[in-house]
Amino acid sequence: MSDLRELYQQVILDHNRSPRNYRCMCDADRTSEGHNPLCGDHLSLYVKLDGSRIEDIAFQGEGCAISKASASLMTDAVKGQTLEDAQSLFGKFRDLVTSDLSTEPVVDGIGKLAVFAGVREFPVRIKCATLAWHTLEAALENSKSPVTTE
Amino acid sequence: MSPGAQALAERLTCPLVERTGPFDPHRIRRDFPVLDQTVRGKPLVYLDNAATTQKPRDVLDVLEVFYSAANANVHRGVHHLSQIATDSYEGARSKVRQFLNAAHDREIIFTSGTTDSINLVARTLGRKTVEAGDEILVTAMEHHSNIVPWQMLCEEKGARLRVIPMNDRGELQIDRFEPLLNERTKLASVVHVSNVLGTLNPVASIVETARERGIPVLLDGAQAVPHFKVDVQALGCDFYAFSGHKLYGPTGIGVLYGRSELLDSMPPYRGGGGMIREVSFEGTTYADPPARFEAGTPHIAGCIALGAAIDYLNRIDLQAAAEYENQLLAYATEALSGISGLRIIGTAREKVSVISFVMDDVHPHDVGTIVDECGVAVRAGHHCAQPVMRHFNIPATTRAATAFYNTHEDVDTLVRALHTVNEVFH
Repeated sequence: MSDLRELYQQVILDHNRSPRNYRCMCDADRTSEGHNPLCGDHLSLYVKLDGSRIEDIAFQGEGCAISKASASLMTDAVKGQTLEDAQSLFGKFRDLVTSDLSTEPVVDGIGKLAVFAGVREFPVRIKCATLAWHTLEAALENSKSPVTTE
Repeated sequence: MSPGAQALAERLTCPLVERTGPFDPHRIRRDFPVLDQTVRGKPLVYLDNAATTQKPRDVLDVLEVFYSAANANVHRGVHHLSQIATDSYEGARSKVRQFLNAAHDREIIFTSGTTDSINLVARTLGRKTVEAGDEILVTAMEHHSNIVPWQMLCEEKGARLRVIPMNDRGELQIDRFEPLLNERTKLASVVHVSNVLGTLNPVASIVETARERGIPVLLDGAQAVPHFKVDVQALGCDFYAFSGHKLYGPTGIGVLYGRSELLDSMPPYRGGGGMIREVSFEGTTYADPPARFEAGTPHIAGCIALGAAIDYLNRIDLQAAAEYENQLLAYATEALSGISGLRIIGTAREKVSVISFVMDDVHPHDVGTIVDECGVAVRAGHHCAQPVMRHFNIPATTRAATAFYNTHEDVDTLVRALHTVNEVFH
């Protein structure tokens, strides 16, 4: 039960129930689709840019609590950031959720995203946590092909 | 006979002793070594049987004995071990023939699984008989393996895939079936039991209606043969496909039954060794069925072990097992219905022990992770049946599928685990 509580922290459950920035953005500069073909999760990401800064970001889609909360918290975290900072945050986030269990989780500079440290205990759920981030990366690279976790 | 070959021969021909006394799942469980373990510190409760079943000791023994004592390639070998391998391989074909009550051994083709069996028919009979404007009929509750091969064929030929609809209980709307048949219908390919909904379809009447019009019918029996006895002659179907690994046998082995008149008329599937009569650079003639459809070295050990799985099923009395599974289904259905926010998807009046469900505000993946922490293995996702998910307007389900080695205590553990899901999320 303690590992489960670690995974399903209140912040994650809250963002799952009431995801932030959950809407369609008709005038987005960049859009991208993310899929997890094994489980059928999908998400549409919308980004509005101001030069090299993320002016606004929104998402819609269907998925488990981990993937939905991750998308929600990601949009909060990168809104207003430069592309470079968003990219660096993704790096830190990925390092956190994939880090070795024998090491202490590194949560410096990732703010609320630290709630995803519990994902380390559940390797099959790493893809759920990173789907939104891979989709953001594709949107920022202006890639036309949908992102998949496979 | 060499000691190794003797060991295999004895293992395969051990007398079939009927088990006596009432069906006892606790005794049955002891035949399945994998069930005796803990997962995350809890005793394993394996309820992912619709994905794959566990293997009895007999099947594991046969694999071990074959590879360690009698391994050789089949057919054409004149040496001792090759004869043993060939006899065992063809012996397994006979066991499958008896299991399905087919008329002839040559009507049993070994494939890599149900998917391969269906592709075989699509690529042979389908390519030969389907033309532009023709129609192929499937149902609304097919697994992707009984949709995609036909779509690929339709795309190639300019043909059309048509679908027998289902109602919200997950039952075929059988009155809509006959009007879909016409002179362009070249084949109907129908799932016997739905892998998501557990629905048992009225395939005998479907076959009868189609065959009155000369339309061949393939039945996808992957989820049927593990649950009850199937008689292909009584059903009257032209093809019947199933997978070994869902029938307590190894992965990578499957079966296609085909009526001999049809098989004889069908072109080969894959080209290679074993499927030929004579090869020259000017041209090749092909072997008769079943060899015509078994190019390359087959999964010899897998076929022999599938035969062992069938022996095992004959020994435990599949009829008694089916009755027990039905009791367990009723028990689980009632128990799950009592869980707050849980809705069962697939409430057909005729169904087998496969229960799909959704829970309010909790995604099946989260359900799967939480019950796994309680030692319970279920499947979460679309189960390779996305059109079924779309029909019920859901992204995914959690699926608990029991086998005859599951117990009422397993169901109780699942129920407790689902209460934990509600505790975590609410």
